[in-house]
Amino acid sequence: MKMRIQKALIIGATSGIAQALAGQLAASGATLFLAGRSKEKLDLMARDLRLRHGVQVEVQAVTFEEPANHAAIVQRAWEWLGEMDAAFICHGVLIDQKKCERDFEQALHSFQINLLSVVSFLGDLANRMETAGRGSLVVISSVAGDRGRQSNYAYGAAKAGLTAFLQGLRNRLFPSGVRVLTVKPGYVDTPMAAHIHSLLKVSADRAARDILAATEKGRDVLYTPWFWRLIMLVIRLIPESIFKRLKL
Amino acid sequence: MNAVENFSRNPKTKSWIKHIYWSCESLPSPAEGGTLIPFGLGSSFGDVCLNDGGTVLITRSMNRVLNFDEESGIIRCEAGASLDEILRFVVPRGWFLPTTPGTRFVTLGGAVANDVHGKNHHRAGTFGCHVTRLELLRSGNRRFVCSPVENSDWFAATIGGMGLTGLITWVEFRLRRIRSTMIETESIKFRNLDEFFDVCEGSDAKFEHTVAWVDCVTRGRGIYMQGNYADSDTGGLKPHGEQPFNFPRGFPSFALNRFSIRVFNQLYYSRQLRQKTSGLQHYAGFFYPQDAVKNWRRVYGTPGFYEAQIVLPLDSARDALREIFKQAAKLGQGAFLAVLKKLGSVRSPGLMSFPRPGVTLGIDFPNKGPRTRQLFDKIFRIGLDAGAIFNPGKDVLMPPECFAKTCPNWKAFSAFVDPAFSSNSWRRLTKGLL
Repeated sequence: MKMRIQKALIIGATSGIAQALAGQLAASGATLFLAGRSKEKLDLMARDLRLRHGVQVEVQAVTFEEPANHAAIVQRAWEWLGEMDAAFICHGVLIDQKKCERDFEQALHSFQINLLSVVSFLGDLANRMETAGRGSLVVISSVAGDRGRQSNYAYGAAKAGLTAFLQGLRNRLFPSGVRVLTVKPGYVDTPMAAHIHSLLKVSADRAARDILAATEKGRDVLYTPWFWRLIMLVIRLIPESIFKRLKL
Repeated sequence: MNAVENFSRNPKTKSWIKHIYWSCESLPSPAEGGTLIPFGLGSSFGDVCLNDGGTVLITRSMNRVLNFDEESGIIRCEAGASLDEILRFVVPRGWFLPTTPGTRFVTLGGAVANDVHGKNHHRAGTFGCHVTRLELLRSGNRRFVCSPVENSDWFAATIGGMGLTGLITWVEFRLRRIRSTMIETESIKFRNLDEFFDVCEGSDAKFEHTVAWVDCVTRGRGIYMQGNYADSDTGGLKPHGEQPFNFPRGFPSFALNRFSIRVFNQLYYSRQLRQKTSGLQHYAGFFYPQDAVKNWRRVYGTPGFYEAQIVLPLDSARDALREIFKQAAKLGQGAFLAVLKKLGSVRSPGLMSFPRPGVTLGIDFPNKGPRTRQLFDKIFRIGLDAGAIFNPGKDVLMPPECFAKTCPNWKAFSAFVDPAFSSNSWRRLTKGLL
């Protein structure tokens, strides 16, 4: 069954993929509530969306390290939008693995932002959507969560935790009609991946198109672009006794 | 470091690449304590956007519309917005750019930093004439708004300032009202330069946009194109579409020689049979004929090309143009893109702005190595003798003495250059001067 997204909450709205999502949703006339770390950036984004697409946009600053305030933010968004068709959770931080190895604070920060703060938003959103009996939760996880690799396991472990959390949540919410989409982007041309040079890199617009199509179709897991499903399948199939010897 | 290319593919450079995504962000510091230069769409023919061995700061993600007043036509956008994007936004609302260069694939910041001009220079002046305010972000994160009344010295230095006075984060400017996307055009064939000057005579008073394509191989025949925005709403307000063609990669540069250029120019000149034709044309075809082919510069292959844009005083223009065409022929250098236009007397607020009254010739020569550079030496010599000036924004080869003549204010300007900013162009043009 296809649904049209007319009211959406975007958390981590200033991230590269979220900006592309917001642009495409606004172009199709959706009302948007944008939450993110920087009020200044949110304001710039909201101005542009309102002017270009003539849609209603509200913004809200968030401190991801303070989960105590998250429920109030969800409530505000819920009330301002008057329910919501979809919530997109897009924030994340890619901290250098070497730094995480040297300094536990860095590893903790990776888990705080990439896993705990997402879980804290999801809890409240899930309860509200379950009661309403409708809605889509779209969460950006990562291909890095499909298998722990020496080059980024502090990030990968947080995303693996998130992926597992979303599986359980999808399972729980299915009877209520609420859909949960786990998005696993490969290399996308965003500030987060500015240091990665790869021929496999795709634009944020391309990733956003895939995400919106999958949301409207009510899909469960999306690899974007699609070939990452095959790449990760191969990577998951390598026996651990061999995998541990590889430099990945 | 990565290879960074301008539009003419000259010179070849390597730089560190950094990005700025938001106009409210702080200024990224240059890599390894070097210098930086803002880089938009890299459509510069010259080396103003290049910084070999230093950092280029890519501004394209900073492309938001921040304010728009539908009544007065004043718009404010982040500086990385392209004219292409701005047109898509303003055209359906009944507005157009105050003036436009021959491609819409330049950023707003680049348009201001090079103080670009277009076919309506004789009426509207340069792009900088229509800028009402802009914000400058200097190293040390000092940020200030500049306008003709506020920080006016910085405003004057930044318009035409080649990106050296700091990063332009946003620009506010005045649009021009249109009733339709169509241009009522008239094109007239001329057989030689004398005829060109005759056609020019009456044209400027009657037409808002005028330009001529000239065949330098035959030393001066060409087609004079003039137009006005349509007065009725025929054609509606539908903006331009996507680029319909893409030039293939790997076009062999030897295919472009004086014979093939002669054939091209003959065909182009012959496409219009009558001496004078008129019609109705969409702005995309009238202002941006080359934008119809994505990556058209690939016709020049990897060696790229060099452009010279020169303004000649009216009294010496004829002889100097003839001499330039003669020298090009002598060195076996053809050119299929050569443009002639009479510039007007509207003054730009820019301290370093290049356009001024006279006749301007813009001409592209395929890069054939030393032979081409020899020709440019001749062009600069002919120009200097004729009292001409040269566009530093399109240049890669001009000697510092030409620059000092074109931009007599360069010394006053150098006080406004941000210590963290530099470019190939600035280092080359001020060599031995500073």
